[in-house]
Amino acid sequence: MSTGVSVSLRAIAKTFPDGTRALKPTDLTVAKGETLVFLGPSGCGKTTCLRIVAGLEKPDAGGRVLFDGADVTETEIEHRNIGMVFQSYALFPNMTVAENIGYGLKIRKVPPAERAKRVAEMLALTGIEPLRDRRIDQLSGGQRQRVALARAVAIRPRVLLLDEPLTALDAALRDRLRTELDQLLRSLGITAIYVTHDQAEAMSLGDRIVVMKQGEIVQVGTPREVYFEPNSRFVAEFIGAANVIEGMASEGSIRFPGGQLMLPEPPAEGRCTIMLRPEAIEIRAPAGEDWTGTVQGVSFLGDRQRVTIAGAAAEMIVAEAPNRTRLKTGDRVGLAVAPQALRILQD
Amino acid sequence: MNRLAYALALFFTVLTAAFLAVPALMSMLAGVTQIYARGIASGLTIDWILEVWRLYADTIGRSIAIAMMTLVVTLLVGIPLAYAFVVRPSALTRALNELMTLPLAVPGLAVALAMLQLYGNIDWFRRSSLFIVAGHVIFTLPFMVRAVASTLGAIDIRTLEEGAASLGAGPLRRFLDVVIPAAMPGVLAGSLMVVTLSIGEFNLTWMLHTPLTKTLPVGLADSYASMRLEIASAYTLVFFIMIVPLLVAMQLVARSKSRKGMSA
Repeated sequence: MSTGVSVSLRAIAKTFPDGTRALKPTDLTVAKGETLVFLGPSGCGKTTCLRIVAGLEKPDAGGRVLFDGADVTETEIEHRNIGMVFQSYALFPNMTVAENIGYGLKIRKVPPAERAKRVAEMLALTGIEPLRDRRIDQLSGGQRQRVALARAVAIRPRVLLLDEPLTALDAALRDRLRTELDQLLRSLGITAIYVTHDQAEAMSLGDRIVVMKQGEIVQVGTPREVYFEPNSRFVAEFIGAANVIEGMASEGSIRFPGGQLMLPEPPAEGRCTIMLRPEAIEIRAPAGEDWTGTVQGVSFLGDRQRVTIAGAAAEMIVAEAPNRTRLKTGDRVGLAVAPQALRILQD
Repeated sequence: MNRLAYALALFFTVLTAAFLAVPALMSMLAGVTQIYARGIASGLTIDWILEVWRLYADTIGRSIAIAMMTLVVTLLVGIPLAYAFVVRPSALTRALNELMTLPLAVPGLAVALAMLQLYGNIDWFRRSSLFIVAGHVIFTLPFMVRAVASTLGAIDIRTLEEGAASLGAGPLRRFLDVVIPAAMPGVLAGSLMVVTLSIGEFNLTWMLHTPLTKTLPVGLADSYASMRLEIASAYTLVFFIMIVPLLVAMQLVARSKSRKGMSA
């Protein structure tokens, strides 16, 4: 059961009264039922984008927001029929959990019996039935988050907007709620736009990720696309761990201080920058390897080890090794990389 | 050494309290003494209180009515004003805020004089208790606005409103469902402040009143000036009986508020 609308942004931009450009003209379409994640560091314009979709900010003249093709740019937020989850949750302290969840239905004049039924459904959906009559100040952070979500979904919104909904929680809880949230979004099949600065959240929740930087979209793609095929140094380094190193390319391979690697097709020529994920580097015995270096440090992470290697490239590089491999500082190692794991960066 | 310091501190605290409390107690006692010049030995009586009631009951009623009207006006004007100050801070609201607190620094007499010059020849207004209400509103409005603004300023009222808007609530609905309940502790504290200040106000009122619009404090001054000391004292007693419950209520509200703040 797919609910919700497609959302199109046409040339939306935002300049604040003091002249700062929060968002450069941006075009984007979110498909019906899709979860789109805006990802970027603070101040990149992702929240501004979300607030424009919500109707909490007006885009600069010329910008258009369309829901299923209908222009809602001039429609006030209260008439857009959207659901929104705020970073601070914005729960009403003067109402109980059930009253918070039922508020949007009360505004829509849904009869009390049906309202109660829908509130009960929402309580069950988010697993907080026992909290029904609690006051908001009696809830933990994770519980508040669930109430906020239930309240936003209760009105059957056309699009669900989530502004850093997990940021205020501690790490363990964040992981658990992320999984729950993912399942909930899938089961509702609702169109959702999610804003976060946390790349792990973006990867696990998004059907597509929009990476933003300084008011501009840098790359749009599925989590796999932006992870394996970043189009810039910024995306490579912002999403996951990455070695971004310079070398000299010629005749299908690239040379570094510590040796050389085969390049993927089509090969580049001359000075170029490549991206290499730590887990794509296989640590071997140095004999017979084309690329070698010296172990500079090993940090044991439990499920794996993170190894810092000097001498292989101009800068230090980071590789991952299985957790039982014996490595120590000063070891000479060979580094094997499959050509398709290399990504040539344009800037 | 420590014990000596404690004993000294206690001594001075008691002395200061006594300095304030003894005259008040003496005055209240005088209000129920048959003949003050002969002291308690002359016997206790409630005649003086009854006499005060006969002479000044109207001032008590009027004072309460004026305080309630002042409260209504400061609520209607003060809450939206405080909301505007918090949610839309601008050069204009800051200037307005400064301007509003000005009557606190200017002597009440000067404010009253200005009001008389400006509105004194609007005859019905000058004769009515509403003239005094207007003066009291000028004097008490900043207290209401400050109390409400500080409550609203301490919570993220903007995001709460955005939350209500996202659920479909229009501006008026948001104000009634979200802003007013959130402002409630400040509204309560401000209301008690306004009522207490209005009932006790003398400076302005003394200038603004007519013989037919005397309030309780003005009546009190009047009785001190022209009645026997026992009547004036009994009047003080009546005043205390009215004002003390208000002060206690104010303290209770303030305390329950701070306790709530700690648990949140």
